Amino acid sequence: MSARRIFARPARFAAIAPYVWMVLFFLVPFAFVLKISLSQTAIAQPPYEPIFDLTAGWNALKAAFAALSIDNFRLIGSDDIYVFAYVRSLTVAITATALLLLIGYPIAYGMARLPKRWQAVAMVLVIVPFWTSFLIRIYAWINILQHDGLLNQILLALHLVSRPVVWLSTDTAMYIGIVYSYLPFMILPLYATLAKMEPVLEEAASDLGAPPWQVFWLVTFPLSLPGVGAGVLLCFIPVVGEFVIPDLLAGSNSLMIGQTLWLEFFTNKDWPVASAAAIVLLVVLLLPLLLYERLQKRQLEQGR
Amino acid sequence: MTDELPKTHVAIGATDGDAAAAGQPLLRIEGVAKTFGTFRAVDGVSLEIKAGEFFALLGPSGCGKTTLLRMLAGFEAPDEGRILLSGRDIAQALPHERPINMMFQNYALFPHLSVRDNIAFGLKRAGMARAEIATRVAEMVALVKLEGLEKRKPDQLSGGQRQRVALARALARRPQLLLLDEPLAALDKKLRESTQGELMELQRRLGMTFIIVTHDQEEAMTMADRIGVMKSGRLAQVASPRELYEAPRSRWIAEFVGDVNLFDGESKLRDGHRLVIGTRDAGALVVAEPREPVGAGRLAVAIRPEKVKLSRRGPVSEAGREKAINRLDGVIADICYLGGTTTYKVKLDTGGMVQASVANSARTDVDAYSLNQHVVAWFTPDDCMVLQS
Repeated sequence: MSARRIFARPARFAAIAPYVWMVLFFLVPFAFVLKISLSQTAIAQPPYEPIFDLTAGWNALKAAFAALSIDNFRLIGSDDIYVFAYVRSLTVAITATALLLLIGYPIAYGMARLPKRWQAVAMVLVIVPFWTSFLIRIYAWINILQHDGLLNQILLALHLVSRPVVWLSTDTAMYIGIVYSYLPFMILPLYATLAKMEPVLEEAASDLGAPPWQVFWLVTFPLSLPGVGAGVLLCFIPVVGEFVIPDLLAGSNSLMIGQTLWLEFFTNKDWPVASAAAIVLLVVLLLPLLLYERLQKRQLEQGR
Repeated sequence: MTDELPKTHVAIGATDGDAAAAGQPLLRIEGVAKTFGTFRAVDGVSLEIKAGEFFALLGPSGCGKTTLLRMLAGFEAPDEGRILLSGRDIAQALPHERPINMMFQNYALFPHLSVRDNIAFGLKRAGMARAEIATRVAEMVALVKLEGLEKRKPDQLSGGQRQRVALARALARRPQLLLLDEPLAALDKKLRESTQGELMELQRRLGMTFIIVTHDQEEAMTMADRIGVMKSGRLAQVASPRELYEAPRSRWIAEFVGDVNLFDGESKLRDGHRLVIGTRDAGALVVAEPREPVGAGRLAVAIRPEKVKLSRRGPVSEAGREKAINRLDGVIADICYLGGTTTYKVKLDTGGMVQASVANSARTDVDAYSLNQHVVAWFTPDDCMVLQS
């Protein structure tokens, strides 16, 4: 098919646009990162070698290819720092996603059951934090959680604690920050599925003898699973690679993979190892995504 | 069908079951009212329904019939009044606590469950044993003729099949009372008519009590033993289909149920057992004296189109003066051929318009009238209804 024919049909062009986007902004950068991950550190600019010099001729290029090695991946697999960072990232992401689901679901459910005009208001309230910079909001949390911060002042005033509690630089602070930041990403897809669901299905269940908790478990929740899946993925994946929140709110004794990457890139200037770590992270994140897609495909096939 | 199911069909007025044995109706609605904001959706409805009855709630949209049904199912709690099922007040009971099941408009089948699991849903909630559930589901599947489709999901079924699953699901628990909310509205005409027959047959065989909500008067007339016509939250009339059609209690009901010619009149003259009512559009009309005496003031004479006869000359039976017949002269203004019948609109010389529905009893059109033809429209006093405007 000629390029002219493709562009003559806007629909076809629209169909290939996502692929063009993926190649330009995902595959090409990914190839760069992959290449760097197979290179060696060098005290140079850029800080790795070999560098493909396309003008140096075929043999030089072949030699550069031959110099690539998977040593960096071996290092990541053998060094506890990286393994711990991955395990911690996954643990934090799983815990945070579970918390987000537990908090987000009731909110989304409540929103979906509001009268129509209040639903729009609730939606705006969920989105409104986005109008302030994410970084500023995290710094605001530092303010709230610090030794003489708002939270401790309230707790002291209510005589719930006798001394200020240490919040900052703890996992609690980090989870507060993550749940706060990602809650809209959990609520919105859940709300979308729950609002779409016909309330008459819940009535039918209760008409057939199901008490309220069974109505929820047997009808509402199973039918909201697509929203649960979307919300979980939208939160889990970015939280695994989260850098800012753990860096600002959590303690420095155990690092998440995002922080480790930062250290390798900017403090150790070890781009190849950092690239390798990033690639491993990508593979780790790709697995749940592929799983989700297969699940969805199966659901679609069943629906046919 | 198992032996547990009561097999006798209970005719209207007959008694059956424990409730009726104690001289009670199965369902007794006493002064029930429901207000949404400032809108009084149901405004003091009282009604008794006997066991084994097929009852239809008929009315235009927004008349409160669905709200009344939802109060019976337990989805709305009445603000006033009582709902007694076999003598027990269930007005405030939750839906899952009532021995009543409902077949929903658009069926409300659980999309994530198979046909079998949809039907078994209510049985599992009742804590029935697994083997018993399997038997009952098989029985229900056979009852609604869905064999071989048990494993399908609702969106793999046709509209008619979904309707059957909904019916089987609602019947599976053998409720004392089955509510049907516009159960046939989503089906096309042919399927609707055959399903009407099946529903009636089923109700008769199971001896169950059905309450159906519909806006389709033909559907209500076909299926129901009794019909309750609702208007603005109130029951306008509760009667058998025939009574509703032949003796509507108000002008509004006469117009709502079937077609009708209406002539507004005022003056009233007694002539033996007949009344003479002077109408604006059709002159003086002689009508049989209604059973319930009519008060003074504005009246309307109503006559159903199929009771208006047409002829080229005056009616032949017009022999004696005492056998009064209403005779109206006019010309054919409009012809509407409907297959089985033809509806003629006759423009009367006195100014009004009268509709006559004539059966096409022969294939040839020798009896048909043509446009602008002069005709005589006539009808007997006994076929006229006198309605308070």
